[in-house]
Amino acid sequence: MNPPPELDTPDAPPAGAIRGPQAALQQLDDDVNAPLEAFPTQRWLKAFGLAKIGATIFLVCFVWTIARGIGTWGNNSPVGWGFGITNFVFWIGIGHAGTLISAILYLLRQKWRTSIARFAEAMTIFAVIVALQFPMVHTGRPWLAAYWLLPLPNANGIWVNFRSPLLWDVVAVSTYALVSLMFWYTGLLPDLAVARDRAKHRVRKLVYGILSLGWKGSNRAWQHYEKAYLLFAGLSTPLVLSVHSVVSFDFAVSVVPGWHTTIFPPYFVAGAIFSGFAMVATCIIVMRKYFKLEHIITIDHLDVMNRIVLVTSLMVGYAYMMELFIAWYSGVVAERFAFMNRAMGSYGWAYAIMVTCNVLLPQLLWFRKIRRSILLMYPIVIAVNIGMWFERFVIIMTLSRDHLPSSWHDFHPTWVDYGLLVGSFGLFFTLLLLFCRFLPTVAVAESKAGMAGAQPTGGHHG
Amino acid sequence: MAKREVVGMIGLYDDPDVLISAAETVRDAGYKKWDCHTPYPVHGLDDAMGLKPSPVPYVTITAGLIGGALGMLMMWWMSAVDYPVRIGGKPYFSWQAFVPITFELFVLFAALATMGSMIFLTKLGSWASPLHDNNVMIHVVTNRYGVVLDAADEQFSEEQARALLTGTGCQDVRPLYAPEGEG
Repeated sequence: MNPPPELDTPDAPPAGAIRGPQAALQQLDDDVNAPLEAFPTQRWLKAFGLAKIGATIFLVCFVWTIARGIGTWGNNSPVGWGFGITNFVFWIGIGHAGTLISAILYLLRQKWRTSIARFAEAMTIFAVIVALQFPMVHTGRPWLAAYWLLPLPNANGIWVNFRSPLLWDVVAVSTYALVSLMFWYTGLLPDLAVARDRAKHRVRKLVYGILSLGWKGSNRAWQHYEKAYLLFAGLSTPLVLSVHSVVSFDFAVSVVPGWHTTIFPPYFVAGAIFSGFAMVATCIIVMRKYFKLEHIITIDHLDVMNRIVLVTSLMVGYAYMMELFIAWYSGVVAERFAFMNRAMGSYGWAYAIMVTCNVLLPQLLWFRKIRRSILLMYPIVIAVNIGMWFERFVIIMTLSRDHLPSSWHDFHPTWVDYGLLVGSFGLFFTLLLLFCRFLPTVAVAESKAGMAGAQPTGGHHG
Repeated sequence: MAKREVVGMIGLYDDPDVLISAAETVRDAGYKKWDCHTPYPVHGLDDAMGLKPSPVPYVTITAGLIGGALGMLMMWWMSAVDYPVRIGGKPYFSWQAFVPITFELFVLFAALATMGSMIFLTKLGSWASPLHDNNVMIHVVTNRYGVVLDAADEQFSEEQARALLTGTGCQDVRPLYAPEGEG
């Protein structure tokens, strides 16, 4: 494996030859690859340890549920869906910001997205992985779940019910998970090749080499690659809108007052993007500081993200108002009762948290000073995360007052419920921290293509 | 050390404008087996190299339509033919309710075919390259642009290739050797 003698020494190009943006391109590779190439620091290890504790709690509660049954949860009749689906919808929603950034903003040619796209896409995948755990564990027998969720031949000869929104959800979410994974991996290929060629150690080179599928940067490959990337963006855009619409159908297609409304699909999609952006900001603010990427993911990027949080906050605020108005305007007694109960019933406190965190607090982002101050924006995005969890909780607690007053029942979560909720964050952050450690957190090739002087100045075809 | 076989010639560039004109020169010289290696997609390089448009979109739409059609067909057969169950008073073949899954399967098939055809067309999965053997891969994935002339091309000779690349304004032309033990 000796390199040819003529070539192994002079690597630097001849002096005076540098006219392109070479130094800046090299710097970007160095900055983004630095966390991959250094030993983990104490702080990373501490954060990872904490996340691992959370993931362990999740595992314990997962196994406990399987071993002892769903009775270990606070679910009752009429609240058949408790924390399980609240967490599911919450985590699926978190994922949507990633796809919005990677697909929709790509199609809209929003250049600022390149620095945060990779990280947000990774979050999408991890959030979907976490979300999928909840329907799985709620089946009680995950190893048999495939027979209930997918049209597989079985001894009874009967098939799944394709008219059920729950089945649409299965197909939508698993398609979403797969497509997001392929989209993300496609974007990673050139950056993995960089990590491979920078690698000093044989094993490291081998692993990144295999992961990069032997990417060589050939323009004959770039040609197909770029087309495929564009197509992935084009496919993901309607897909992401369909996924949370289908999630909302789980509720809207039922005949429960307070759920059976046409506003649900757009309202859920807006809410998903809202919570997703808040979560991206929550994580990326820490990540950029910790990995010293503040010059790549700048305050301008956070400013733009805060604007999107503000806009989507207005959208969900509008949806809350419209729900109340339509409930009143419909004249349907059950509808009116459902919404009065939501706002003032035994879960009125949750409704108050929801409105405060999702509608009132984000209004502070109208102020440029607050949008551009890490210290001031951070509590707001944290509040949005909390508020959006409570939004789903409020919607599901509608069940506690159903058609028959004799069966009314409040929901009391158990330690297993809390454990799964807290643990899901642990699982999510475990995956995210591993990602930050082993894969390039910024889309390097795409960022390079947009740098000053990186493209031909014209006079040519283009 | 014995003289090793030359499998190609690479010209390394630092200016995207020069790269484009170099690609045009090589294209017009009639080379067939050659390539450009860049750290990111360079605008206009496809034209400069004279590449035909990528067929990936046709694969995507075909696979998508097949996926959607198969999905609807599957739901029709399972719900209306093989084991019909009357649910909610709806027809056995209630196609409106089958639209979401048809759409998702369109996207799923289209995406899988996009990924598959991209990997196939870009010949991903093959590791070996003279660029690795000669330690120039790091340059073309980081910050420089390479034009590689393959010795398998019928025009190729060491002198001619070097002259062609030097003539495009390249100041860093290097021969690519076969890995040891093969040449």
